[in-house]
Amino acid sequence: MSEERLSPLDAVHRAAGASFTDFAGWQMPVRYSSDLAEHHAVRTGAGLFDLSHMAEIRLEGPGSAAALDYALAGKLSVIEIGQAKYSLLLANNGGIIDDLVVYRLGEVEYLVVANASNRAVVAAELTVRAGGFNTKVTDESDDIALIALQGPDAREILLETPGFAAVEGDFDEAVTTLKYYRAFKSTFNGLDVLVARTGYTGEDGFELYIEAGRAAELWEALATTGGDRVIPCGLASRDTLRLEAGMPLYGHELSRETFPVQAGLGRVVAVSKPDPFVGREAVERGPAADAPVLVGLRGEGRRAVRAEYQVFASDDADAAPIGIVTSGALSPTLGYPIAMAYVEPSVSHPGTELFVDLRGSRLPMSVVTLPFYSRQTHGTPAA
Amino acid sequence: MTDLTSLQYTEEHEWVAVDGDVVTIGITDYAADKLGDVVYVDLPKVGTQLAAGKVVGEIESTKSVGELFAPVDGEVVEANQAVVDSPELVNSAPFGDGWLIKVRVASTPSLLSRDEYVALTGE
Repeated sequence: MSEERLSPLDAVHRAAGASFTDFAGWQMPVRYSSDLAEHHAVRTGAGLFDLSHMAEIRLEGPGSAAALDYALAGKLSVIEIGQAKYSLLLANNGGIIDDLVVYRLGEVEYLVVANASNRAVVAAELTVRAGGFNTKVTDESDDIALIALQGPDAREILLETPGFAAVEGDFDEAVTTLKYYRAFKSTFNGLDVLVARTGYTGEDGFELYIEAGRAAELWEALATTGGDRVIPCGLASRDTLRLEAGMPLYGHELSRETFPVQAGLGRVVAVSKPDPFVGREAVERGPAADAPVLVGLRGEGRRAVRAEYQVFASDDADAAPIGIVTSGALSPTLGYPIAMAYVEPSVSHPGTELFVDLRGSRLPMSVVTLPFYSRQTHGTPAA
Repeated sequence: MTDLTSLQYTEEHEWVAVDGDVVTIGITDYAADKLGDVVYVDLPKVGTQLAAGKVVGEIESTKSVGELFAPVDGEVVEANQAVVDSPELVNSAPFGDGWLIKVRVASTPSLLSRDEYVALTGE
C-alpha cells in the first residue's frame, strides 16, 4: 500500500514551511522550524499541533456503555457525560491492540480516539465486539480533524479566540471551569467543535475536534489570536514532550506482545468489573513473573540513547543484555538523556544502575520513576 | 557569507574548503536541515589519520544519528571545540562557525562542484 494521506490542514502546513514525515501512511508535519524551539514553546508558552491523522470512532445507542465495558479494559459505563478516560483495547491473550481516549458525549454517545496506525483494527474490533449490544459504531476519522493547543498559555489563547460558543451555557465559563480529562460540546463559527482538556505533552492544554473541511479556519484563528505566544509544532516535538511526560507511545512502549501491567498500566484494567471483557482471563492470569517491565532511565551528558538500543546490568562487554530501550532522547527540558526501556524485573527498581549500549560504548543510566517531567514540579508557574 | 561555489562537496553532504594543504570540513545546510536540531557532535581527535569514505565522527540530532564520513585522506589538525560545546552551530551556521574539522592533506581533493551537489540534492 503506497496510498499517501494528507491532512485537511496540509495546505496550511506547506505555506508555513513545514517538513513532513510519513506517519501511519499520513504525510504529517514533523517540524516547522526547530524541534527544540517547538518543544520549549509548549513548555513555556503554547504550541499548535495538527493531529488529524488520529482515528475517531463514535458509538451511539442505548447499548454503548455496556458495549465499551465489554470491548475495552476500563469501565466506561461509570464515567460522566463530558468526562474522558484513557483506556486499552486488549486482545484475548491480554496483549494491547491499541491505547485510546474515550469521551462520553451523552447518555448513549461515546467518542473513541485511537492511534492512526491502528484505525482499521480498532474500528473492526469495536464493531465486532459491540455486535451483541444495541449500539451503532461509526468510523468518522475521515470527517474529523483534531487540533491540539498545548502549553501554559493555551487556555488564555482559547478564551481570546473569537467565534466560539458553548452549546449550553457560556463558553468562557465552560472553558475556565473545565477540569482535566473533561470535554464539552461547543461551536466555532457555527460548526460543531468538541473542546477537550486533554493532551499528550505533559502540559495543560486542549484538544479540539472539528469537521475536517473547516479545520483550517480554526487553526488560523488560534494561530492569529495566539500571535507570538504560540507556534505550530510538529510530531518530533510531540514525541519528546510525551517522552518527558512518561507517556507511552503505541509501537514503542505498547504492543500486542505487551500486557498492560508490564507497561505500568495495570490501573487502566478494571478487573473489578463484574461482567466479562475481552482479555480479562489473560490479564487476570498475568504475564510470566520474569516478564520485562517498563522503566524510566536517566543518564548524564548529552548523548541520546534511542529505541532498540540494548540495556545491560554491567559495563562488562561479555554481559548478556537484560533489556531494550523503547524510546529515548536528550531531554530538551531537563538537559540530560532520558529513555523508557523494558528490563528484567530484578533490575527495575528506582536507583538501579544500568548501562545502555550506545553504538559500542556503555552509557551509565539509573532507573527512575516516571514521569521525568511534570508541570507541577518543573513547569512554568502560572502568571 | 561563504561563497558556496568555492567549496567542494560529497555525496554524504559534507563540504570541503581548500586552503593550501589544509582543508576545512563541515556538513551542508541541506544535511543540517534533514538532521534537525543537532544536540551532540563527536569529532576525531587532533592527530587522527583519516581515510576517505570511513566514518570518523557522529552528529546527533533530536531525532537521529548522522555519521560523519571523512571526505579526504589526511591528518586532523584541528577539531572545532565551539561546535562540540554548542552543537546548534551546525544548524545556525553550517558553512561558518559550525565547521567541524581541519585536515592536512597530501594532495588537493577533487570532489563535487556546487552545481553537481545541488543537482544531487534536487534543491
